[in-house]
Amino acid sequence: MDFEDTKEEAAFRADAQAWFAANAPTAKELEGMDGMQRAKYWQAKKVAAGWGCIRWPKEYGGRDASAIEQVILNQEEAKISAPETGVFSIGQGMAAPTLMTWANDDDKARFVPRLATGEDIWCQLFSEPAGGSDLAALRTKAVKDGDDWVINGQKIWTSGAHYSDWGILVVRTDPNVPKHQGLTYFYVDMKSPGIEIKPIRQISGESNFNEVYFTDVRIPDSQRLGAVGQGWKVSLTTLMNERASIGAGGGGVKFDSVKKLAASVNIGDRPAIEDSAVRAKLASWYVQEAGLKYTSYRTLSALSRGAIPGPENSIGKLVGAVKSQDMASFAIDLLEQEGIVRDKSYDEAIGSLFQDTYMAIPGLRIAGGTDEIMANIIAERVLGLPQEPRADKGIPFSEVPTGS
Amino acid sequence: MGWTATVIPEEFGGLGLSYLELAVIAEELGRCAAPVPFGSSVYLATEALLLGGNQEQKEAWLPTLATGEAIGTFAYAEGGGQSSPKSLATKASGGKLSGRKVVVPDAEIAQFVIVAAASDSGDGASLYLVDMSDAGVSTESVQTLDPSRSHAHIDFSSASAQLLGGEGQGWGLLQRVLDRAAVLTAWEQLGGSEACLEMAKNYAMGRYAFGRAIASYQAIKHKLADMYVKNTLARSNAYYGAWALNTDAAELPLAAATARVGSTQAYYFSSKENIQTHGGMGYTWEFDCQFYYRRSKLLAVNIGSEGLWQERLIAATEQSNVA
Ligand SMILES: Cc1cc2nc3c(=O)[nH]c(=O)nc-3n(C[C@H](O)[C@H](O)[C@H](O)COP(=O)(O)OP(=O)(O)OC[C@H]3O[C@@H](n4cnc5c(N)ncnc54)[C@H](O)[C@@H]3O)c2cc1C
Repeated sequence: MDFEDTKEEAAFRADAQAWFAANAPTAKELEGMDGMQRAKYWQAKKVAAGWGCIRWPKEYGGRDASAIEQVILNQEEAKISAPETGVFSIGQGMAAPTLMTWANDDDKARFVPRLATGEDIWCQLFSEPAGGSDLAALRTKAVKDGDDWVINGQKIWTSGAHYSDWGILVVRTDPNVPKHQGLTYFYVDMKSPGIEIKPIRQISGESNFNEVYFTDVRIPDSQRLGAVGQGWKVSLTTLMNERASIGAGGGGVKFDSVKKLAASVNIGDRPAIEDSAVRAKLASWYVQEAGLKYTSYRTLSALSRGAIPGPENSIGKLVGAVKSQDMASFAIDLLEQEGIVRDKSYDEAIGSLFQDTYMAIPGLRIAGGTDEIMANIIAERVLGLPQEPRADKGIPFSEVPTGS
Repeated sequence: MGWTATVIPEEFGGLGLSYLELAVIAEELGRCAAPVPFGSSVYLATEALLLGGNQEQKEAWLPTLATGEAIGTFAYAEGGGQSSPKSLATKASGGKLSGRKVVVPDAEIAQFVIVAAASDSGDGASLYLVDMSDAGVSTESVQTLDPSRSHAHIDFSSASAQLLGGEGQGWGLLQRVLDRAAVLTAWEQLGGSEACLEMAKNYAMGRYAFGRAIASYQAIKHKLADMYVKNTLARSNAYYGAWALNTDAAELPLAAATARVGSTQAYYFSSKENIQTHGGMGYTWEFDCQFYYRRSKLLAVNIGSEGLWQERLIAATEQSNVA
């Protein structure tokens, strides 16, 4: 693991810095645009100049850059004030790598460049009411009809379905074989007749995810990725990339924000930061934060030598989410009575940063694989501990116990 | 229901029952995360009147508090962080009080408020009773993490104020009120924490993943067992607190802090792990999990944070000869 830039890396950093300095969008440039328009504008500008999706091949809008270069670019972009581009994360982080691995050349040429520029937004239609942690228990059905497949069923928790152009979709094509063998993977136009999207409100009050109902939705067989019955294998490509992309997770609350707060509020008649119990807590969180950061650097060093992201990436989300939850909770405690304020008219550092994180983190501990599933992955796939006895192995999906 | 009358003596129109009865009510209110002005009026304002009020003040407010016609509240914080006599900018002179108090529960529906103000004598603070209808009182509502309970800032500008308890004895009186409120709040927190365990258990028994009820996975079993253990210890400590409160025992400060810290920790754990047990469902607006998660945080800071009560606990062990 290297902590300092090599000569090439330093040159790359200087280039990136110079480009951001000259091209960071000004308030005037963004005037009159909503969040989505700003995201698309900024993404298109970056890609046009060769500074977006840099790890992708040139033909798809990237520049075949290394993982380290991506990190450097992220670090430099974090220093400027640029529009938030989270709306692209599912498309670029999960759909694109899946398409690059499994789609034919025509489809790659058609979709991947538009994913890079942000022209198209994609969502992930995986989870279902009966298939979350146990994704392969999903029930949405696809039946072949001529050159089309006819889809019926329901997806749930689909982030961004309401503004997406396309979706990646896993469905059951055969209920009479063991569950992993009966799945097939498609991509689908979100404007297809028969798709109905209903927003779900999350506990924070906002609504970013949805239920998506499929009623006799027709998908041409040409939109299938992988063979019929190979859907599980294709979804693993998506899921490995999902873990890698949410890996760093943790919301807005960081060591720095809590330390700053501790310097500004009192315990007894002294600044909280002088209290040894506060210092001890902060130190533990610092150690975790640093450990996560350097672990991700080590992963990146390995990636840059050609390794593929492995199950050890589960650590990032597992540690980061719980840490942020506890930090947000503790920051609210430091504020005492005033900590409960969650009011946009207040100073952000008092009346929303910690409270918004407190309300958002429970979702992060669940999305993209729950804490418990992450721990199982570490135990079983990293440490090689035996699996629990499985009630759903080796029998047809239709015979697996469901409790109803 | 007469709940607000529980511990108010019969001579003031109350039921004259014990704190053990009030603890049961607090627990049940916590169990359903009731959106009612109870803690502010009953644990704080009523207790402050009972402890520090003179005959006239008691006669003026206790009978209507007992019937529930009047709601009282309590205000000491003036900003973020811990309060102390030195931090108080609110002051009274010649029976007129001026200053600003923040995030006061039920300020907009209360008929009176008991306010901590700086004092030049004694322990550095005095408590005052102010009628919320006074022309010198205005409120500004504020949104919080728990929208099912109302909060507002209060501005006092030369509002008529009656001293409650002695001049320069307010800080000590406040601490005694907080000890009493801590025991009752601990019971409310415990009720909430128990409800979370109950919800998590019911959901885990019915939800299947990988062909089994999720309740059959040790990750979930241990999570629920941890909730149970925390709740059980918290309950035992809360009983001890209720006994100390009811008998006005010398060890009330220690018993109160013990109950308060245990219940705060149990409720935070249970409310967040209840969401976790529900998976995506727990993160939706429609499910009740969120009410408990929000309420656990409100109750964790409304009468002082876990850290503050940990400090009180250790201080009490140093002072008491019982520890
Ligand atoms: C904010 C958010 C955004 C999301 N966005 C998307 C999206 O865009 N697309 C999409 O397809 N999905 C999305 N999801 C869904 C997410 O992937 C699932 O919620 C998650 O996989 C958990 O599934 P579940 O909700 O069905 O919970 P369940 O699987 O029912 O889990 C319930 C509890 O059981 C535990 N559990 C389950 N199995 C085991 C086991 N074997 N051992 C131990 N414990 C176990 C879990 O850890 C959890 O605590 C999103 C979820 C959230 C919260």
